[in-house]
Amino acid sequence: MISTASGTILEVADQIGQSLASLPDWEERFGAIMETGKLLAPFPEEHRRDDLLIKGCQSRVWLHAQMVDGRIHFDADSDALIVKGLVALVIRIMQDRTPQEILEAPKDIPERLGLAQHLSQNRSSGLTSMLKQIRLYAVALSLRTSS
Amino acid sequence: MRSEFPILSRRVHGGKPLVYLDNAATTQKPSVVIDAISEFYRHHNANVHRAGHVLGAEVTSMFEDARRVVAESIGATAEEIIFTRGTTESLNLLASTLSARFTGGNARRNVVITEMEHHANIVPWQMLRERTGAELRVIPVLDDGSLDMARAEELIDESTGVVSVVHVSNTLGTTNEVARLAELARRVGAVSIVDAAQSVSSAEVDVAAIGCDALVFSGHKVYGPMGIGVAFIRRELLDTLPPYQGGGSMITSVSFEKTTYAEGPLRFEAGTPNIEGAIGLGTALAWRNALDMRAVVAHKQDLTDRLVGGLQRRDGVNVHGRHQGHSGIVSFSLGGVHPQDLGLLLDAHGVAVRTGHHCTMPLTQRYSSNGSIRVSAAVYSSVDEVEMFFSALDRACAVLR
Repeated sequence: MISTASGTILEVADQIGQSLASLPDWEERFGAIMETGKLLAPFPEEHRRDDLLIKGCQSRVWLHAQMVDGRIHFDADSDALIVKGLVALVIRIMQDRTPQEILEAPKDIPERLGLAQHLSQNRSSGLTSMLKQIRLYAVALSLRTSS
Repeated sequence: MRSEFPILSRRVHGGKPLVYLDNAATTQKPSVVIDAISEFYRHHNANVHRAGHVLGAEVTSMFEDARRVVAESIGATAEEIIFTRGTTESLNLLASTLSARFTGGNARRNVVITEMEHHANIVPWQMLRERTGAELRVIPVLDDGSLDMARAEELIDESTGVVSVVHVSNTLGTTNEVARLAELARRVGAVSIVDAAQSVSSAEVDVAAIGCDALVFSGHKVYGPMGIGVAFIRRELLDTLPPYQGGGSMITSVSFEKTTYAEGPLRFEAGTPNIEGAIGLGTALAWRNALDMRAVVAHKQDLTDRLVGGLQRRDGVNVHGRHQGHSGIVSFSLGGVHPQDLGLLLDAHGVAVRTGHHCTMPLTQRYSSNGSIRVSAAVYSSVDEVEMFFSALDRACAVLR
Protein backbone atom coordinates (compact mmCIF):
# COMPACT_ATOMS: atom_id res chain seq x y z
CA MET A 1 0.00 0.00 0.00
CA ILE A 2 1.36 3.38 -0.98
CA SER A 3 1.52 6.06 1.71
CA THR A 4 -1.55 8.28 2.00
CA ALA A 5 0.04 10.60 4.59
CA SER A 6 -0.44 14.34 4.15
CA GLY A 7 2.03 17.21 4.35
CA THR A 8 3.89 19.51 2.00
CA ILE A 9 4.48 18.58 -1.65
CA LEU A 10 7.97 17.49 -0.72
CA GLU A 11 6.85 15.43 2.28
CA VAL A 12 4.11 13.62 0.37
CA ALA A 13 6.43 12.88 -2.56
CA ASP A 14 9.13 11.53 -0.26
CA GLN A 15 6.65 9.37 1.66
CA ILE A 16 5.30 7.88 -1.56
CA GLY A 17 8.88 7.37 -2.76
CA GLN A 18 9.75 5.52 0.43
CA SER A 19 6.73 3.24 0.23
CA LEU A 20 7.54 2.40 -3.41
CA ALA A 21 11.19 1.76 -2.55
CA SER A 22 10.16 -0.64 0.22
CA LEU A 23 8.50 -2.95 -2.34
CA PRO A 24 10.68 -5.84 -3.53
CA ASP A 25 10.50 -5.44 -7.31
CA TRP A 26 8.94 -3.59 -10.21
CA GLU A 27 6.06 -5.97 -10.60
CA GLU A 28 4.99 -5.13 -7.02
CA ARG A 29 5.60 -1.43 -7.60
CA PHE A 30 3.50 -1.38 -10.75
CA GLY A 31 0.83 -3.35 -8.85
CA ALA A 32 0.76 -0.75 -6.06
CA ILE A 33 0.71 2.08 -8.61
CA MET A 34 -2.27 0.50 -10.37
CA GLU A 35 -4.09 0.12 -7.01
CA THR A 36 -3.63 3.86 -6.45
CA GLY A 37 -5.17 4.49 -9.85
CA LYS A 38 -8.26 2.55 -8.86
CA LEU A 39 -8.76 4.92 -5.89
CA LEU A 40 -8.81 7.96 -8.16
CA ALA A 41 -12.09 9.92 -8.02
CA PRO A 42 -14.32 9.14 -11.03
CA PHE A 43 -13.47 11.46 -13.91
CA PRO A 44 -16.29 13.88 -14.79
CA GLU A 45 -17.40 12.81 -18.27
CA GLU A 46 -17.82 16.40 -19.46
CA HIS A 47 -14.04 16.80 -19.12
CA ARG A 48 -13.20 13.83 -21.37
CA ARG A 49 -12.23 16.18 -24.18
CA ASP A 50 -9.27 16.02 -26.56
CA ASP A 51 -8.08 19.47 -25.52
CA LEU A 52 -7.57 18.13 -21.99
CA LEU A 53 -5.29 15.30 -23.17
CA ILE A 54 -1.66 15.57 -22.06
CA LYS A 55 0.74 15.60 -25.00
CA GLY A 56 3.70 13.26 -24.97
CA CYS A 57 2.05 10.14 -23.53
CA GLN A 58 1.71 6.84 -25.40
CA SER A 59 -1.60 6.28 -23.65
CA ARG A 60 -4.33 8.88 -23.35
CA VAL A 61 -4.24 10.94 -20.16
CA TRP A 62 -6.90 13.54 -19.43
CA LEU A 63 -6.09 16.20 -16.83
CA HIS A 64 -8.56 18.88 -15.75
CA ALA A 65 -7.74 21.65 -13.32
CA GLN A 66 -9.95 24.24 -11.63
CA MET A 67 -9.45 26.82 -8.93
CA VAL A 68 -11.48 26.16 -5.77
CA ASP A 69 -11.04 28.68 -2.93
CA GLY A 70 -7.57 29.68 -4.11
CA ARG A 71 -6.37 26.09 -4.50
CA ILE A 72 -6.11 23.97 -7.63
CA HIS A 73 -8.26 20.88 -7.79
CA PHE A 74 -7.33 18.24 -10.35
CA ASP A 75 -9.33 15.48 -12.01
CA ALA A 76 -7.57 12.93 -14.19
CA ASP A 77 -8.06 9.67 -16.03
CA SER A 78 -6.18 7.40 -18.45
CA ASP A 79 -7.00 4.46 -20.67
CA ALA A 80 -3.88 2.63 -19.40
CA LEU A 81 -3.81 1.30 -15.83
CA ILE A 82 -0.20 2.04 -14.88
CA VAL A 83 -0.36 5.54 -16.28
CA LYS A 84 -3.66 6.09 -14.48
CA GLY A 85 -1.87 5.07 -11.30
CA LEU A 86 0.98 7.46 -12.04
CA VAL A 87 -1.34 10.39 -12.59
CA ALA A 88 -3.14 9.41 -9.35
CA LEU A 89 0.18 9.57 -7.47
CA VAL A 90 0.97 12.95 -9.00
CA ILE A 91 -2.46 14.24 -8.01
CA ARG A 92 -2.06 12.90 -4.49
CA ILE A 93 1.05 15.09 -4.24
CA MET A 94 -0.36 18.16 -5.96
CA GLN A 95 -4.05 18.13 -5.02
CA ASP A 96 -5.62 21.29 -3.55
CA ARG A 97 -2.39 23.27 -3.38
CA THR A 98 -2.05 26.96 -4.18
CA PRO A 99 -0.50 27.82 -7.56
CA GLN A 100 2.47 29.23 -5.66
CA GLU A 101 3.06 25.96 -3.80
CA ILE A 102 3.02 24.06 -7.11
CA LEU A 103 5.34 26.52 -8.86
CA GLU A 104 7.79 26.48 -5.96
CA ALA A 105 7.79 22.68 -5.72
CA PRO A 106 11.07 20.95 -6.52
CA LYS A 107 11.54 19.75 -10.12
CA ASP A 108 12.94 16.38 -9.06
CA ILE A 109 9.66 14.70 -8.14
CA PRO A 110 10.24 11.71 -10.48
CA GLU A 111 13.59 11.14 -8.71
CA ARG A 112 11.98 11.48 -5.26
CA LEU A 113 9.35 8.92 -6.24
CA GLY A 114 12.13 6.59 -7.36
CA LEU A 115 10.50 6.47 -10.81
CA ALA A 116 12.92 8.65 -12.76
CA GLN A 117 15.16 5.90 -14.00
CA HIS A 118 12.43 3.59 -15.19
CA LEU A 119 9.73 5.92 -16.30
CA SER A 120 10.23 9.60 -16.82
CA GLN A 121 13.07 9.18 -19.31
CA ASN A 122 10.71 7.02 -21.27
CA ARG A 123 8.63 9.59 -23.06
CA SER A 124 5.78 7.13 -23.38
CA SER A 125 4.98 6.96 -19.69
CA GLY A 126 4.49 10.69 -19.54
CA LEU A 127 5.32 11.32 -15.88
CA THR A 128 7.38 14.35 -16.89
CA SER A 129 4.61 15.55 -19.19
CA MET A 130 2.06 15.28 -16.37
CA LEU A 131 4.18 17.36 -14.00
CA LYS A 132 4.86 19.91 -16.73
CA GLN A 133 1.14 20.19 -17.48
CA ILE A 134 0.38 20.71 -13.78
CA ARG A 135 2.90 23.56 -13.63
CA LEU A 136 1.34 25.08 -16.77
CA TYR A 137 -2.10 24.93 -15.13
CA ALA A 138 -0.65 26.59 -12.02
CA VAL A 139 0.77 29.43 -14.11
CA ALA A 140 -2.44 29.87 -16.11
CA LEU A 141 -4.76 29.73 -13.10
CA SER A 142 -2.62 32.09 -11.02
CA LEU A 143 -2.61 34.62 -13.87
CA ARG A 144 -6.37 34.32 -14.20
CA THR A 145 -6.89 34.96 -10.46
CA SER A 146 -4.51 37.88 -10.28
CA SER A 147 -5.96 39.70 -13.32
CA MET B 1 26.34 -17.91 -31.03
CA ARG B 2 24.91 -16.03 -28.01
CA SER B 3 28.36 -15.72 -26.46
CA GLU B 4 29.40 -13.63 -29.46
CA PHE B 5 26.95 -10.94 -28.31
CA PRO B 6 28.25 -9.51 -25.01
CA ILE B 7 25.03 -7.61 -24.20
CA LEU B 8 22.93 -10.79 -24.18
CA SER B 9 24.45 -11.84 -20.86
CA ARG B 10 23.30 -8.64 -19.16
CA ARG B 11 21.01 -8.76 -16.19
CA VAL B 12 18.45 -6.03 -15.58
CA HIS B 13 16.11 -4.85 -12.80
CA GLY B 14 18.10 -6.40 -9.99
CA GLY B 15 19.37 -9.61 -11.52
CA LYS B 16 16.75 -10.70 -14.07
CA PRO B 17 18.25 -12.07 -17.29
CA LEU B 18 17.67 -9.71 -20.22
CA VAL B 19 15.20 -11.19 -22.71
CA TYR B 20 15.69 -8.98 -25.73
CA LEU B 21 12.79 -9.36 -28.13
CA ASP B 22 12.86 -5.94 -29.76
CA ASN B 23 15.11 -6.89 -32.65
CA ALA B 24 12.94 -5.23 -35.28
CA ALA B 25 13.84 -1.92 -33.62
CA THR B 26 17.54 -2.71 -33.58
CA THR B 27 19.63 -5.86 -33.39
CA GLN B 28 22.48 -6.35 -30.94
CA LYS B 29 26.08 -6.36 -32.19
CA PRO B 30 28.54 -9.26 -32.14
CA SER B 31 32.02 -8.74 -30.65
CA VAL B 32 33.61 -8.75 -34.11
CA VAL B 33 31.66 -5.60 -35.01
CA ILE B 34 32.40 -3.86 -31.71
CA ASP B 35 36.08 -4.78 -32.07
CA ALA B 36 36.23 -3.56 -35.68
CA ILE B 37 35.01 -0.11 -34.63
CA SER B 38 37.40 0.02 -31.69
CA GLU B 39 40.27 -1.20 -33.88
CA PHE B 40 39.49 1.50 -36.45
CA TYR B 41 39.96 4.29 -33.90
CA ARG B 42 42.90 2.66 -32.13
CA HIS B 43 45.00 1.94 -35.22
CA HIS B 44 43.71 3.49 -38.43
CA ASN B 45 41.68 6.66 -37.96
CA ALA B 46 42.08 9.03 -40.94
CA ASN B 47 39.84 10.52 -43.60
CA VAL B 48 39.02 8.61 -46.78
CA HIS B 49 39.73 9.35 -50.44
CA ARG B 50 42.05 12.29 -49.77
CA ALA B 51 45.05 11.80 -47.54
CA GLY B 52 48.30 10.78 -49.23
CA HIS B 53 49.62 9.20 -46.05
CA VAL B 54 49.65 5.61 -44.86
CA LEU B 55 46.62 5.89 -42.57
CA GLY B 56 44.53 7.53 -45.26
CA ALA B 57 45.42 4.79 -47.72
CA GLU B 58 44.58 2.06 -45.19
CA VAL B 59 41.25 3.60 -44.27
CA THR B 60 40.25 4.22 -47.88
CA SER B 61 40.96 0.60 -48.68
CA MET B 62 39.00 -0.60 -45.59
CA PHE B 63 36.09 1.69 -46.52
CA GLU B 64 35.99 0.48 -50.12
CA ASP B 65 36.37 -3.14 -48.99
CA ALA B 66 33.28 -2.62 -46.84
CA ARG B 67 31.42 -1.33 -49.89
CA ARG B 68 32.41 -4.51 -51.77
CA VAL B 69 31.20 -6.73 -48.90
CA VAL B 70 27.87 -4.89 -48.87
CA ALA B 71 27.57 -5.29 -52.63
CA GLU B 72 28.39 -9.01 -52.55
CA SER B 73 25.91 -9.55 -49.72
CA ILE B 74 22.99 -8.44 -51.89
CA GLY B 75 24.19 -9.48 -55.34
CA ALA B 76 25.15 -5.98 -56.50
CA THR B 77 28.41 -4.37 -57.61
CA ALA B 78 30.34 -1.90 -55.45
CA GLU B 79 29.63 0.94 -57.92
CA GLU B 80 25.94 0.58 -57.07
CA ILE B 81 26.30 0.93 -53.28
CA ILE B 82 25.83 4.34 -51.66
CA PHE B 83 26.52 4.68 -47.95
CA THR B 84 23.87 6.72 -46.13
CA ARG B 85 22.83 7.27 -42.52
CA GLY B 86 20.21 4.55 -42.76
CA THR B 87 17.03 3.39 -44.48
CA THR B 88 15.36 6.72 -43.82
CA GLU B 89 18.10 8.75 -45.48
CA SER B 90 18.26 6.27 -48.37
CA LEU B 91 14.55 6.74 -49.05
CA ASN B 92 14.83 10.51 -48.76
CA LEU B 93 17.76 10.43 -51.19
CA LEU B 94 15.67 8.48 -53.69
CA ALA B 95 12.54 10.62 -53.26
CA SER B 96 14.64 13.74 -53.70
CA THR B 97 16.70 12.66 -56.71
CA LEU B 98 13.69 11.08 -58.48
CA SER B 99 11.66 14.30 -58.23
CA ALA B 100 12.43 15.32 -61.80
CA ARG B 101 10.43 12.35 -63.09
CA PHE B 102 7.28 14.01 -61.84
CA THR B 103 7.72 17.38 -63.53
CA GLY B 104 8.08 18.61 -67.11
CA GLY B 105 6.95 17.17 -70.44
CA ASN B 106 6.81 13.41 -69.93
CA ALA B 107 6.05 13.66 -66.22
CA ARG B 108 4.87 10.57 -64.38
CA ARG B 109 1.95 11.33 -62.16
CA ASN B 110 1.92 8.94 -59.20
CA VAL B 111 3.95 7.03 -56.63
CA VAL B 112 2.69 3.64 -55.47
CA ILE B 113 3.39 2.48 -51.90
CA THR B 114 1.55 0.07 -49.60
CA GLU B 115 -0.61 0.40 -46.51
CA MET B 116 2.06 -1.42 -44.48
CA GLU B 117 4.89 1.06 -45.08
CA HIS B 118 7.02 2.49 -42.29
CA HIS B 119 6.66 6.26 -41.97
CA ALA B 120 10.11 6.48 -43.64
CA ASN B 121 8.54 5.15 -46.84
CA ILE B 122 5.46 7.38 -46.60
CA VAL B 123 6.59 10.85 -45.57
CA PRO B 124 9.39 11.39 -48.19
CA TRP B 125 6.81 10.64 -50.91
CA GLN B 126 4.30 13.02 -49.33
CA MET B 127 7.04 15.66 -49.44
CA LEU B 128 7.59 14.79 -53.12
CA ARG B 129 3.84 15.18 -53.60
CA GLU B 130 4.07 18.69 -52.11
CA ARG B 131 6.96 19.57 -54.46
CA THR B 132 5.56 18.10 -57.66
CA GLY B 133 1.83 17.48 -57.24
CA ALA B 134 2.31 13.73 -57.78
CA GLU B 135 -0.45 11.48 -56.48
CA LEU B 136 0.29 8.92 -53.73
CA ARG B 137 -1.40 5.57 -54.36
CA VAL B 138 -1.61 3.00 -51.58
CA ILE B 139 -1.88 -0.76 -52.14
CA PRO B 140 -4.25 -1.99 -49.39
CA VAL B 141 -3.49 -4.74 -46.90
CA LEU B 142 -5.94 -7.65 -46.62
CA ASP B 143 -7.19 -8.80 -43.20
CA ASP B 144 -4.70 -11.70 -43.21
CA GLY B 145 -1.83 -9.18 -43.31
CA SER B 146 -0.90 -9.75 -46.96
CA LEU B 147 -1.00 -7.21 -49.77
CA ASP B 148 -3.98 -6.98 -52.10
CA MET B 149 -1.97 -7.95 -55.21
CA ALA B 150 -5.00 -7.69 -57.51
CA ARG B 151 -5.37 -4.07 -56.47
CA ALA B 152 -1.60 -3.57 -56.93
CA GLU B 153 -1.96 -4.57 -60.58
CA GLU B 154 -4.65 -1.92 -61.04
CA LEU B 155 -2.80 0.83 -59.17
CA ILE B 156 0.52 0.44 -61.00
CA ASP B 157 -0.15 1.89 -64.44
CA GLU B 158 1.46 3.86 -67.27
CA SER B 159 1.40 7.06 -65.22
CA THR B 160 3.30 5.51 -62.28
CA GLY B 161 6.80 6.89 -61.73
CA VAL B 162 7.88 4.97 -58.63
CA VAL B 163 6.77 1.79 -56.85
CA SER B 164 8.28 1.74 -53.35
CA VAL B 165 7.41 -1.23 -51.16
CA VAL B 166 8.56 -2.85 -47.95
CA HIS B 167 10.10 -6.33 -48.24
CA VAL B 168 9.24 -7.57 -44.72
CA SER B 169 6.74 -5.53 -42.70
CA ASN B 170 8.24 -4.26 -39.43
CA THR B 171 4.78 -4.50 -37.86
CA LEU B 172 3.11 -7.63 -39.25
CA GLY B 173 6.18 -9.64 -40.26
CA THR B 174 4.62 -10.25 -43.68
CA THR B 175 7.05 -10.95 -46.54
CA ASN B 176 5.78 -9.22 -49.64
CA GLU B 177 6.03 -10.39 -53.25
CA VAL B 178 8.63 -7.76 -54.09
CA ALA B 179 9.85 -9.52 -57.23
CA ARG B 180 6.31 -9.49 -58.61
CA LEU B 181 5.87 -5.80 -57.69
CA ALA B 182 9.23 -4.93 -59.30
CA GLU B 183 8.04 -6.76 -62.43
CA LEU B 184 4.79 -4.74 -62.46
CA ALA B 185 6.87 -1.55 -62.14
CA ARG B 186 9.26 -2.57 -64.92
CA ARG B 187 6.37 -3.25 -67.30
CA VAL B 188 5.22 0.36 -67.07
CA GLY B 189 8.70 1.90 -66.93
CA ALA B 190 8.47 2.89 -63.26
CA VAL B 191 11.38 2.80 -60.82
CA SER B 192 11.03 0.00 -58.25
CA ILE B 193 12.36 0.48 -54.72
CA VAL B 194 12.48 -2.16 -51.98
CA ASP B 195 12.74 -1.27 -48.28
CA ALA B 196 14.74 -4.25 -47.02
CA ALA B 197 15.35 -2.91 -43.49
CA GLN B 198 13.78 -5.98 -41.87
CA SER B 199 14.82 -8.66 -44.35
CA VAL B 200 18.58 -8.40 -44.82
CA SER B 201 19.26 -9.70 -41.28
CA SER B 202 17.89 -13.17 -41.85
CA ALA B 203 17.04 -13.84 -45.47
CA GLU B 204 18.81 -14.06 -48.76
CA VAL B 205 18.25 -10.67 -50.33
CA ASP B 206 19.44 -10.61 -53.91
CA VAL B 207 18.75 -7.54 -56.01
CA ALA B 208 19.09 -9.51 -59.24
CA ALA B 209 16.57 -12.11 -58.09
CA ILE B 210 14.15 -9.40 -56.96
CA GLY B 211 14.77 -7.38 -60.11
CA CYS B 212 14.37 -4.04 -58.33
CA ASP B 213 16.03 -0.75 -59.36
CA ALA B 214 16.87 0.27 -55.80
CA LEU B 215 17.01 -1.42 -52.40
CA VAL B 216 17.64 0.22 -49.05
CA PHE B 217 18.48 -0.95 -45.53
CA SER B 218 20.07 0.11 -42.23
CA GLY B 219 23.25 -1.21 -40.68
CA HIS B 220 21.91 -1.30 -37.13
CA LYS B 221 19.18 -3.81 -37.99
CA VAL B 222 21.69 -6.28 -39.48
CA TYR B 223 24.03 -6.56 -36.44
CA GLY B 224 25.98 -3.50 -37.58
CA PRO B 225 26.48 -0.04 -36.07
CA MET B 226 23.98 2.81 -35.77
CA GLY B 227 24.00 5.71 -38.23
CA ILE B 228 25.09 3.79 -41.32
CA GLY B 229 22.84 2.50 -44.06
CA VAL B 230 22.80 1.57 -47.70
CA ALA B 231 21.08 2.64 -50.87
CA PHE B 232 21.66 0.16 -53.67
CA ILE B 233 20.79 1.88 -56.95
CA ARG B 234 21.15 -0.03 -60.21
CA ARG B 235 24.01 1.54 -62.16
CA GLU B 236 21.92 2.53 -65.19
CA LEU B 237 19.55 4.42 -62.90
CA LEU B 238 22.25 5.82 -60.62
CA ASP B 239 24.03 7.44 -63.57
CA THR B 240 20.89 9.38 -64.48
CA LEU B 241 20.22 10.82 -61.03
CA PRO B 242 21.24 14.34 -60.00
CA PRO B 243 23.31 14.81 -56.83
CA TYR B 244 21.49 14.73 -53.48
CA GLN B 245 23.60 16.92 -51.18
CA GLY B 246 26.50 19.11 -52.23
CA GLY B 247 29.89 19.25 -50.57
CA GLY B 248 33.26 17.59 -50.46
CA SER B 249 33.92 14.12 -51.91
CA MET B 250 31.05 14.32 -54.40
CA ILE B 251 32.89 16.48 -56.93
CA THR B 252 35.76 16.11 -59.39
CA SER B 253 36.48 19.84 -59.66
CA VAL B 254 35.05 22.98 -58.13
CA SER B 255 35.42 26.56 -59.28
CA PHE B 256 33.08 29.42 -58.52
CA GLU B 257 31.83 29.26 -62.10
CA LYS B 258 31.32 25.54 -62.50
CA THR B 259 31.53 22.34 -60.49
CA THR B 260 31.70 18.89 -62.01
CA TYR B 261 30.31 16.02 -60.01
CA ALA B 262 31.95 12.72 -59.27
CA GLU B 263 30.76 9.57 -61.02
CA GLY B 264 29.16 6.62 -59.30
CA PRO B 265 28.21 6.36 -55.65
CA LEU B 266 30.60 9.11 -54.50
CA ARG B 267 28.31 11.65 -56.17
CA PHE B 268 25.81 10.88 -53.39
CA GLU B 269 28.29 10.84 -50.50
CA ALA B 270 28.95 14.50 -49.80
CA GLY B 271 31.16 15.24 -46.81
CA THR B 272 33.19 12.92 -44.63
CA PRO B 273 31.22 9.68 -44.46
CA ASN B 274 30.52 7.55 -41.38
CA ILE B 275 33.74 5.62 -41.95
CA GLU B 276 33.74 3.45 -38.84
CA GLY B 277 30.05 2.79 -39.48
CA ALA B 278 30.76 1.51 -42.99
CA ILE B 279 33.63 -0.66 -41.75
CA GLY B 280 31.43 -1.96 -38.92
CA LEU B 281 28.63 -2.71 -41.38
CA GLY B 282 31.03 -4.55 -43.69
CA THR B 283 32.16 -6.63 -40.72
CA ALA B 284 28.55 -7.30 -39.68
CA LEU B 285 27.56 -8.46 -43.15
CA ALA B 286 30.66 -10.64 -43.45
CA TRP B 287 29.61 -12.18 -40.11
CA ARG B 288 26.07 -12.67 -41.41
CA ASN B 289 27.31 -14.12 -44.72
CA ALA B 290 29.30 -16.76 -42.82
CA LEU B 291 26.10 -18.08 -41.18
CA ASP B 292 24.38 -21.13 -42.59
CA MET B 293 21.38 -19.26 -43.98
CA ARG B 294 19.27 -22.43 -44.19
CA ALA B 295 19.81 -23.03 -40.48
CA VAL B 296 19.03 -19.38 -39.74
CA VAL B 297 15.75 -19.58 -41.63
CA ALA B 298 14.82 -22.85 -39.89
CA HIS B 299 15.63 -21.41 -36.46
CA LYS B 300 13.68 -18.21 -37.04
CA GLN B 301 10.77 -20.19 -38.47
CA ASP B 302 10.73 -22.27 -35.27
CA LEU B 303 10.82 -19.15 -33.04
CA THR B 304 8.12 -17.44 -35.09
CA ASP B 305 5.88 -20.53 -35.00
CA ARG B 306 6.31 -20.79 -31.21
CA LEU B 307 5.45 -17.10 -30.77
CA VAL B 308 2.39 -17.19 -33.04
CA GLY B 309 1.22 -20.56 -31.69
CA GLY B 310 1.67 -19.61 -28.05
CA LEU B 311 -0.15 -16.31 -28.52
CA GLN B 312 -3.05 -17.91 -30.39
CA ARG B 313 -3.53 -20.44 -27.58
CA ARG B 314 -4.08 -17.65 -25.04
CA ASP B 315 -7.52 -16.19 -24.39
CA GLY B 316 -8.29 -12.78 -25.77
CA VAL B 317 -5.11 -12.48 -27.82
CA ASN B 318 -5.51 -11.13 -31.33
CA VAL B 319 -2.46 -11.85 -33.49
CA HIS B 320 -2.27 -9.23 -36.24
CA GLY B 321 -1.96 -10.85 -39.64
CA ARG B 322 -1.31 -14.47 -40.58
CA HIS B 323 1.84 -14.33 -42.70
CA GLN B 324 4.74 -13.94 -40.27
CA GLY B 325 6.76 -16.61 -42.11
CA HIS B 326 10.23 -16.80 -40.56
CA SER B 327 10.47 -13.04 -39.97
CA GLY B 328 10.48 -13.45 -36.19
CA ILE B 329 8.13 -10.43 -36.04
CA VAL B 330 4.74 -10.91 -34.37
CA SER B 331 2.36 -8.12 -33.35
CA PHE B 332 -0.71 -8.65 -31.21
CA SER B 333 -3.27 -6.93 -29.06
CA LEU B 334 -4.95 -8.22 -25.94
CA GLY B 335 -8.64 -7.52 -25.26
CA GLY B 336 -9.09 -4.98 -22.47
CA VAL B 337 -5.37 -4.51 -21.92
CA HIS B 338 -3.52 -1.36 -22.93
CA PRO B 339 -0.27 -2.23 -24.78
CA GLN B 340 1.68 0.25 -22.67
CA ASP B 341 0.65 -1.49 -19.42
CA LEU B 342 1.71 -4.83 -20.82
CA GLY B 343 5.00 -3.41 -22.10
CA LEU B 344 5.88 -1.93 -18.70
CA LEU B 345 5.02 -5.16 -16.85
CA LEU B 346 7.01 -7.28 -19.32
CA ASP B 347 9.93 -4.91 -18.83
CA ALA B 348 9.64 -5.40 -15.07
CA HIS B 349 10.44 -9.07 -15.82
CA GLY B 350 13.39 -8.14 -17.99
CA VAL B 351 11.52 -8.80 -21.25
CA ALA B 352 12.10 -6.05 -23.84
CA VAL B 353 9.38 -5.67 -26.48
CA ARG B 354 7.97 -2.71 -28.39
CA THR B 355 4.55 -1.20 -27.76
CA GLY B 356 2.70 1.51 -29.64
CA HIS B 357 2.37 2.22 -33.33
CA HIS B 358 5.79 1.03 -34.58
CA CYS B 359 6.10 3.99 -36.96
CA THR B 360 3.30 2.47 -39.04
CA MET B 361 0.32 4.38 -37.67
CA PRO B 362 -2.02 3.84 -40.65
CA LEU B 363 -1.50 0.08 -40.41
CA THR B 364 -1.48 -0.36 -36.63
CA GLN B 365 -4.70 1.61 -36.16
CA ARG B 366 -6.44 -0.71 -38.56
CA TYR B 367 -5.87 -3.63 -36.19
CA SER B 368 -6.02 -1.93 -32.80
CA SER B 369 -6.75 1.71 -32.03
CA ASN B 370 -4.36 2.11 -29.11
CA GLY B 371 -1.44 0.35 -30.77
CA SER B 372 -0.06 -3.14 -30.43
CA ILE B 373 2.63 -5.16 -28.71
CA ARG B 374 5.39 -6.33 -31.04
CA VAL B 375 7.69 -9.22 -30.24
CA SER B 376 10.65 -9.63 -32.59
CA ALA B 377 13.25 -12.39 -32.49
CA ALA B 378 16.69 -12.37 -34.11
CA VAL B 379 19.07 -15.16 -35.17
CA TYR B 380 20.52 -15.27 -31.63
CA SER B 381 17.13 -15.41 -29.88
CA SER B 382 16.46 -18.68 -28.09
CA VAL B 383 13.55 -20.98 -27.39
CA ASP B 384 14.22 -20.30 -23.68
CA GLU B 385 13.65 -16.61 -24.28
CA VAL B 386 10.34 -17.31 -26.00
CA GLU B 387 9.33 -19.39 -22.93
CA MET B 388 10.40 -16.57 -20.60
CA PHE B 389 8.37 -14.12 -22.66
CA PHE B 390 5.27 -16.30 -22.29
CA SER B 391 5.71 -16.78 -18.57
CA ALA B 392 6.12 -12.99 -18.12
CA LEU B 393 3.09 -12.45 -20.36
CA ASP B 394 0.95 -14.78 -18.26
CA ARG B 395 1.99 -13.08 -15.02
CA ALA B 396 1.34 -9.64 -16.52
CA CYS B 397 -2.10 -10.72 -17.73
CA ALA B 398 -2.96 -12.07 -14.27
CA VAL B 399 -2.21 -8.61 -12.86
CA LEU B 400 -3.95 -6.65 -15.62
CA ARG B 401 -7.15 -8.61 -16.22
